[in-house]
Amino acid sequence: MLTFFMNRPRGETAAQRAVLSIYVPRSALEMPTIKKKEATSEEVEMPWNVIVHNDPINLMSYVTMVFQRVFGYPRERAEKHMLEVHHNGRSILWSGVRERAELYVQQLHGYLLLATIEKVG
Amino acid sequence: MEICRQNEALEIRELDPFLAELLRQIPESAQPKDSPAAQERLFSPPTMPEEKVLCAEWKLYVVPELRRLFQSATETVRQDLQQLRCTDKPFANCTLRIPMAHADAWLNALNQARLAIAETYQFSDHELCDHYRSPLGSRRDLSLFQVNFYGFLQEFILREMEEGER
Repeated sequence: MLTFFMNRPRGETAAQRAVLSIYVPRSALEMPTIKKKEATSEEVEMPWNVIVHNDPINLMSYVTMVFQRVFGYPRERAEKHMLEVHHNGRSILWSGVRERAELYVQQLHGYLLLATIEKVG
Repeated sequence: MEICRQNEALEIRELDPFLAELLRQIPESAQPKDSPAAQERLFSPPTMPEEKVLCAEWKLYVVPELRRLFQSATETVRQDLQQLRCTDKPFANCTLRIPMAHADAWLNALNQARLAIAETYQFSDHELCDHYRSPLGSRRDLSLFQVNFYGFLQEFILREMEEGER
């Protein structure tokens, strides 16, 4: 384990001397322990989809702007997804690992879009 | 009413008392405490109800964050709306200046208000497209007008934001 602490000799203020030291316990250097993280079943399963659903209130221009901001899509791609939501009732905006999908959905909810994540398949 | 960009702000001039009052109602409309339907829409679940763990975690960790975000946007709007306190001439037209730095907060608060009102009144698609309906018929008609008026403001803010990015 690495521990970071500010080393300040007695009598000196932080402004006078602020030194960042790295304290490394010997035992940690000699016997590094690497914990293996077991992949959960969800992580090895199929990815998750981020889906945006149609609602009659959110403006088309607003939805396009949100897609551009959240996913970094160019305007044309954002508009394509917006129209898919408008005409088909839903659009898959992104697919991938669950953690990131959840983050996207959280951002979309922050913009008040109706968004969900669903397992692929 | 006249709306235009003035340097780093949007100015709504010649705002008549009726429209000014509708604007004053944004914060209250955005956070209706007595409408479970509106609350349900603003804090909708992130997935199917079968995903119980995910839904529970969402309620515990994400919903409070969203609530803070929405309240912060509404508070910014509330502060900007202080300009509409026309105490000396209560029925005179007034001007509202929205700094472009507050544009995101306004978009968010207007969206909250529109979604909450629409959810409370369950407007049909036909009603939402009826832009010529008088707001004077009933409380429902007034609320529909409110949704459309707020939508118009959103469109304008979005257009100006886009112009600014070019």
